[in-house]
Amino acid sequence: MSLLFRRRGRSVPARPAPGAPLAEASDLHVRLGQREVLAGIELTARAGEVLALVGPNGAGKSTLLGALAADLPAASGVVRIDGRPVGDWSAPELALRRSVLPQSAALAFPFPVEDVVRMGRAPWAGTPYAESDGAAVAAAMAATEVTGFAERPFSALSGGERARVALARVLAQGAPLLLLDEPTAALDLRHQELVLRICRERAAAGDAVVVVLHDLGLAAAYADRAAVLHDGRIAADGPPAEVFADGLLSRVYRQPVEVLPHPRTGAPLVVPVRGLTSA
Amino acid sequence: MTLPDTVGLAGRKTAPPPARPPVRKRRGAALLTAALAGVLLVVALLSAGVGAYEIPTGDVLASVQHRTGLGGAALDRVGESVLWNVRLPRVALALLVGSSLGCAGALMQGVFGNPLAEPGVIGISAGSAVGAVASIGLGLSFFGNWTITACAFVSGLVTVGSVYLLSRSGGKTEVVTLILTGIAVNAFAGALIGLFVFFADSGQVNQITFWQLGSLAQATWPKVLAVLPCALTGLLIAPFYAGKLDLLALGERPARHLGIEVERLRLTLILVVALLTAAAVAVAGVITFVGLLVPHLLRMANGPGHRFLVPGSALAGAVVLLAGDLAARTIAAPAELPLGVLTALIGSPFFFWLLRRTRRKQGGWA
Repeated sequence: MSLLFRRRGRSVPARPAPGAPLAEASDLHVRLGQREVLAGIELTARAGEVLALVGPNGAGKSTLLGALAADLPAASGVVRIDGRPVGDWSAPELALRRSVLPQSAALAFPFPVEDVVRMGRAPWAGTPYAESDGAAVAAAMAATEVTGFAERPFSALSGGERARVALARVLAQGAPLLLLDEPTAALDLRHQELVLRICRERAAAGDAVVVVLHDLGLAAAYADRAAVLHDGRIAADGPPAEVFADGLLSRVYRQPVEVLPHPRTGAPLVVPVRGLTSA
Repeated sequence: MTLPDTVGLAGRKTAPPPARPPVRKRRGAALLTAALAGVLLVVALLSAGVGAYEIPTGDVLASVQHRTGLGGAALDRVGESVLWNVRLPRVALALLVGSSLGCAGALMQGVFGNPLAEPGVIGISAGSAVGAVASIGLGLSFFGNWTITACAFVSGLVTVGSVYLLSRSGGKTEVVTLILTGIAVNAFAGALIGLFVFFADSGQVNQITFWQLGSLAQATWPKVLAVLPCALTGLLIAPFYAGKLDLLALGERPARHLGIEVERLRLTLILVVALLTAAAVAVAGVITFVGLLVPHLLRMANGPGHRFLVPGSALAGAVVLLAGDLAARTIAAPAELPLGVLTALIGSPFFFWLLRRTRRKQGGWA
């Protein structure tokens, strides 16, 4: 009975206004065990914007994404989603407001691909939007180019195919805030570009997209804003063209890099400095 | 009513292809359900008729009709007594125990996210058995007819809870950890049962041993009544969680991202598993591998979706146990094999094969 009541009482969020802050971290500290992994993060993800989180291994990118997703509790500070502290939302309410792509996609049983994508629609069950489940699933599968193997079991797919199916599930969820942890890690060149184009499309449609990336070139090309993480702090936050500077990146990555304008488009290209010994 | 485009994909240049409704799958599930129900009916009729005192199927039907007031005719005194006091309680008990075990197996595999989880294998049955043996050994009767069931439920609940806590790390249950935990729990439960046997008098020892082997031979209507509430509650609650179990297959965090309150789901299902296992163990003793075999076969036949798997496993579990019991009491007639021994004979090689297959898939246990 209480279940029924709650389901009816659950409010479906309105489409966010452009620029509205959908996820905010203020003075966020997160501890994993004894280690303070995030120390005083200030970050806002806004509707209509692709925000790239970059930084070296162990800088705290995934932890930050986990905190924004309400997976990890804040030791101090606060994370807000859609204006409310994450702790004030119930799991079903959060599911209508943010979707999360984990770093690795696992599945305990061999569900066929289409069923996996359809799982993304679960939060809408019992709302009027459940009617568009079929269309949302089909659109998400077409966008990630997985329609061709809709019938195959997830367990029979390659790593890259699984990653795209997982992304399709996240897209089908249709939440206005997308948190993607390394969506391009297992993908070939074409599909890396495809995924970032999808991120742009979603931002253009009014969603906020937060994406962890290792490839600074992709971040520079597709993100509206990049936040560079270093030792649990944000070393820089702004448009990639401003943030990606030789000095900062060389220091953060402990690897000399050069940032060059693309000869044709002028977009920043990030290149490690190589062949120092032979020079 | 027009809805705003929450999906944000409607403005795409290429119109998305219309989603195919999974008609084929649903028809497969319906066919399988119908087939299982049919087989169940046939086996139940056979079970009611076959035995030392043969009752032709027509007579069984006639007597059932007679008792339910739909015409038909009563049998002679002996036949009527054999059918209604011996055979039918046994059939009813096999149905309850089988469906409880099958359903519990499907639920456990879903909750643990591990296809090798099963009440018998990981020690839940043995844990329930401790409670039941304790109530026999200590001569408890605080709950009347329901005492054994209640004790089995409490100790089963404690066991599922501890196995769950002990075998998980980092939100996952690894196969090796699960099986090793099962060995430890089985050993501990075995020791406790041994203690009760040691302190029991010879009448109680007989009762305990017989029942430890797993058997339906002492089926009576009071026994059916003793487990009916437990089994029915579990069986009725379980299907409501099927959709959530599907999402749980993605892992705990992704399930939570999709709006599942994982902790509560887990707690509820552990309760349901304990209910079902207690129902089975309290009257039939430890019958292993039904909960393992049945969901696996159904997954092979119709995929892993829990909406079919959970109720389907209950139905197929009933078929398997009823057929098993029929075999157990006819193969070596007039002697009767213990049912638990029979299911273990067939189930263990299957379990072994599953283990090998899982290991091959994972590339070793690491």
